[in-house]
Amino acid sequence: MSERAADVELVDVTKRFGRFVAVERMNVSIARGTFYSLLGPSGCGKTTTLRMIAGFEQPSEGEVLIAGQPVAGVPAYRRNVNTVFQHYALFPHMDVARNVGYGLRQHGVKGEEERRRVDEALALVRLGGLGARRTWELSGGQQQRVALARALVNHPTVLLLDEPLGALDLKLRKEMQLELKALQHQVGITFVYVTHDQEEAITMSDVVVVMRDGRVQQQGSPQELYERPVNRFVAGFLGLSNFLAGRLVEHHPATGGAAVTIGEGMAIHGRVTDPEARPSAGAEVTVAVRPERLWIGRADDAAAERTAGATRVAGRVRQATYLGDQNEYRIETALGELVARRQNSEGGGALPGVGPGDPVLVGWRDEANLVLVA
Amino acid sequence: MTAASRAALDRAGPWVDRVFRAHATLIYLFLYVPIGLVVLFSFNAGGHTGELRGVSLRWYDYALNDRFAMGALQNSFVVGFWTALIATSLGTLAALALQRVPPRVRAIFDALTYIAIIIPGIVIGIATLIFFVNLFGWVNPWLDYVWTAAGLGAPPVIGKGLHTVVAAHVLFTMAIVMVLVRTRLAGMDRSLTEASFDLFATPLRTFVQVTLPQLRPAIVAGALLAFTFSFDDFVIATFVAGPGQPTLPMYIFSSIRRGITPEINAIASMVLAVTITALVTVGLVYRRQARQAGETAAEPLALGIAEDA
Repeated sequence: MSERAADVELVDVTKRFGRFVAVERMNVSIARGTFYSLLGPSGCGKTTTLRMIAGFEQPSEGEVLIAGQPVAGVPAYRRNVNTVFQHYALFPHMDVARNVGYGLRQHGVKGEEERRRVDEALALVRLGGLGARRTWELSGGQQQRVALARALVNHPTVLLLDEPLGALDLKLRKEMQLELKALQHQVGITFVYVTHDQEEAITMSDVVVVMRDGRVQQQGSPQELYERPVNRFVAGFLGLSNFLAGRLVEHHPATGGAAVTIGEGMAIHGRVTDPEARPSAGAEVTVAVRPERLWIGRADDAAAERTAGATRVAGRVRQATYLGDQNEYRIETALGELVARRQNSEGGGALPGVGPGDPVLVGWRDEANLVLVA
Repeated sequence: MTAASRAALDRAGPWVDRVFRAHATLIYLFLYVPIGLVVLFSFNAGGHTGELRGVSLRWYDYALNDRFAMGALQNSFVVGFWTALIATSLGTLAALALQRVPPRVRAIFDALTYIAIIIPGIVIGIATLIFFVNLFGWVNPWLDYVWTAAGLGAPPVIGKGLHTVVAAHVLFTMAIVMVLVRTRLAGMDRSLTEASFDLFATPLRTFVQVTLPQLRPAIVAGALLAFTFSFDDFVIATFVAGPGQPTLPMYIFSSIRRGITPEINAIASMVLAVTITALVTVGLVYRRQARQAGETAAEPLALGIAEDA
């Protein structure tokens, strides 16, 4: 990522509104052509970050660079950046084609040339032939596409998207996720995508930044974030986790390997996910284990010794839920309640005859132990 | 209300409904029968207001050929036109400016705007009359002095006339325009302006291409309402109009003192037609806008009509 030129860079950017700090010392470098997501709960500063890139807000401190150039004091209308707004913000007094051609006309592109490029952009978002429609006659999904075409027609350096799928229903949202991703691939423009939906961020992004209270928590590929979350917040925000309180016994910073005691002196081995962390022995840590990493079997399963993994604990099923593609078990154990999920694939699926109240064995391998210091 | 009395009311339901309906009907009859009669008698073929003798356009013809009536009608149109133009321009600019001041200052100006609307016409009439008399008493000697000193001959004398009526009308109709435009501005999606900036439009182009078209219905409605109020006004005009330049309501009032003729009915019917046309246009403009924006925009119109009464 570092060898490619950065389209957008934030250097020590802080944004304050009065006494409220919306974004704090943010450092981000967005490589050309990446699908980049800012992910976090509402109020975490992701939209403020986007607005600073767009030029609607000026940073209180630090610097924003677009295509290598500092843009302090450059107004939004002089930045080669376009935005897809959360509620589309289509101009109601113009038809679809006039909406899409708006940016072109400001740069003096008119008449035949405008028409050609508008048609191209509409075809790109699969709205060919709808140029003469009024925007309010279109469905939510179509309005969404018009907003996209209106931004993409200008060939911006960066396309900013502010929760653009938030107003669509689930099925349409899923479709648009795939389509957006494909579109980004096709046009090769850097996308900066703001969302609070972790699943959306995981499916679409090349790089995800997780934010909380104005601070970057972690930045990396969806896989990195899911498999190596650096702290409890990230582990909890992306996917589900079982969190076990523990005490660090030893830590090898070179490999990240760590030994931890959990529960009533149960020793387990895992890896400290944050490469920067240097916890001292005896420190309180949290061990996160993903539900799909848990093995569960009948209490009398003879094969448990071989398949269950190094850590094993006996428990009793409190609740079994059928989720369609998965089965979820909530199991009462000495370590607290554990959530386990089994994929309903061939040879997997529900444990026959195991329901609430039945004794089971839960086990997992050392690789599943994510030792979180913060 | 206790449960028992509510139950009693429920039992009496159909009966109560009937009484309310009859009551409402009576109120509307009371309001509109006199107006209906004026219109009806304006088509009277006979020469007396009291008896209807066949239908004809005779009195319309008479009114349209009445030099004094037509002069007054023209005055009203001129005053209405300039009032609408000036009140709309100033009111719109004021509304746009208010959008940019701190909320506390804005609240004060909003209150002042509403006060300008609800102040009785007679107060505006007296106040503006006193103001004009004092102003002219101060300005005219100066003009006299300047003209004499410069040897320009007879100095101009500023006095009351249609311009003073326009000035007084602008005073309160501007407030109506402001309220309409402010309402529209407040309801405007801020992201539209941002989208325009985002799409490379400078602030000036954004204003012309996005803000102004969004405000158009409010501006059109404001202009029509300003015209209507100016056209209908009798009280203020009576105070500030110049001698020999009556507006139509003033002319009608002075004619009535010489006895009601069917001609007055014809003129009143024409005034009514102008007013209703303007108000219906406002309604249509707003309904079209509401359909576009998917919102209800009936309030400003209701406000306008309430003021008229």
